[in-house]
Amino acid sequence: MRPEIAPTLRAEGLAVSYGDRSIITDLDLVVPPGKISVIVGANASGKSTLLRSLARLLSPAAGQVCLDGESIHAMPTRELARMVGLLPQSPVAPEGMTVIDLVGRGRAPHQSWWRQWSHSDEETVRHALELTSMLDLAERPVDELSGGQRQRAWIAMALAQDTDILLLDEPTTFLDMAHQIEVLDLVMDLNRTRGRTVMMVLHDLNQACRYADHIVAMKSGRIVAQGPPADLLTAELVDEVFDVRCCVVTDPVSGTPLVIPIGRHHEPRNVARHPFPIH
Amino acid sequence: MDQTVRSATTGIRPATRPLVLLLATFLLAGLCVASLAIGSKTIPFGEVFSVLIDPRGGETEAIVRGLRLPRTLLGLFAGVALGLSGALIQGVTRNPLADPGILGVSAGAGFAVSLAVLAFGLSSFYSYVWFAFAGAAIASVVVYALGGFGRGGATPVKLALAGVAMLALLTSLTSGVLLLDPNALYVYRSWAVGSLTGQDTAIVAQMVPFLLTGTALALSVAPALNSLALGDDVASALGRRIGLIRLGGVVAVTLLAGTVSAVVGPIVFIGLVIPHVARAITGPDYRWILPYTMVLAPCLVLAADILGRVVARPGEIGVGVITAFLGAPFFIALIRRRRLAEL
Repeated sequence: MRPEIAPTLRAEGLAVSYGDRSIITDLDLVVPPGKISVIVGANASGKSTLLRSLARLLSPAAGQVCLDGESIHAMPTRELARMVGLLPQSPVAPEGMTVIDLVGRGRAPHQSWWRQWSHSDEETVRHALELTSMLDLAERPVDELSGGQRQRAWIAMALAQDTDILLLDEPTTFLDMAHQIEVLDLVMDLNRTRGRTVMMVLHDLNQACRYADHIVAMKSGRIVAQGPPADLLTAELVDEVFDVRCCVVTDPVSGTPLVIPIGRHHEPRNVARHPFPIH
Repeated sequence: MDQTVRSATTGIRPATRPLVLLLATFLLAGLCVASLAIGSKTIPFGEVFSVLIDPRGGETEAIVRGLRLPRTLLGLFAGVALGLSGALIQGVTRNPLADPGILGVSAGAGFAVSLAVLAFGLSSFYSYVWFAFAGAAIASVVVYALGGFGRGGATPVKLALAGVAMLALLTSLTSGVLLLDPNALYVYRSWAVGSLTGQDTAIVAQMVPFLLTGTALALSVAPALNSLALGDDVASALGRRIGLIRLGGVVAVTLLAGTVSAVVGPIVFIGLVIPHVARAITGPDYRWILPYTMVLAPCLVLAADILGRVVARPGEIGVGVITAFLGAPFFIALIRRRRLAEL
């Protein structure tokens, strides 16, 4: 069972740079516990850098990241890895590795050199495979799976890590539409039924609106705006963050904002007055 | 999914791994005995055992205890060390073509040997073996330091590039020294032929602490290598300290391969091939790959050494030559039968 009060991850005055190049400057953020948050922004806006900093893959030039008030940089690495998990963008498994082997490796922070595999490891791995519907494929090599199955296997690995907070860097990249929906639905299941805090980077604004409880819009290493999608998403914000003219209408399926880019060759035709076609 | 495809990519069933390892260990034990018995004068197994258990002088004892025992032990140690360090360096650099030589270990040892002769006129094995070891250690420290500059520390690619550059530099420096000093060439040749012969038990005993430390370190990083195989980001997210793992791996390789290179000379093939054979049997799990290489690599070294004594009787062919002759076709067959696992 998960604790009633989920731990809170928070960035305070965070600044990150690669060499002389500053990527993130003076950023404050609270990852809402128990919710799905999505970071959106143009390429090179610092989305992935922020996510990686939250998991201590990068050390800040200034400021800090705290988990329940304690700086993650002062924590033992394994202890942090038992509370915060991160799945990087397009990870690659060694050739010939089976799904169950991959998922089992998510247990690393719970194991020690002298205690490699326990009953609870076994149970957690099985459960992770079950949640991601990968039980039937457990013995298959990861490199023989379809893109969506492969991503599910990696998510299962992150689940086996059994962390309260799960950070996903573009979990839908390189997947076709069906697999994108499959993965995002799975993420939502994990949040709704298991109460995991999820923060992910997504490129597709409409998917972000549909799956996020909380959207963080970034530009040039700063947070431009954040909040629930319905309150946040306006044509002005999209223009500011992505430099794209658009119409924002209501998604006829989910009721969330739906962003329709305009481009140079089209002009909007009274969309604003008729949010969606009436049959 | 049919069974053949599965076994082609992921090795034998996990449950049979201990059994196959045990069988391989028996094979190794058999090869050790054969190595004591077979040679220009073949000694029956029964006599080998009785001489080992109850020394009573004579020609047989001199051959078995004085010549073949140190030679067999050296083959055993060299195999274990080269196999382990090959698997380690492939895991640390995530490069299937890496072998311990990529850290400049044997090139460093070779350069140190030639320099020891040129600068100090050392020519006895006992005096230059320490130079060789120091050369191996310094070379790998320099490669690691060079590879560690810049963002991300000693990433696999930077480590490999630094290693290749260092290898080229050391090899050309060595050639320079050898051209300057014919005496250095003479001593260097006897080192570089890669032979197990001519060592006594004392020198073999001196290797033990280095090899034990290296082996312990190697086995202790095995679980971490399993995380590292998933990429640096995933490994960090799983709570692994990447820099520390790489450092541990490199130190272990230096101890293992450095010690063996110093004493035996460069034997290049074992460290590259055996980890692939082990991986083909076990699948990509370093907790099994390392023990398998520890058993399989000395099997190849001893088999090659025994064969070298038999094929050209009464002369002998060096173990380095035989491993290449035995190993190369085997390696090619392996590549052709199944794709080599990318790491």
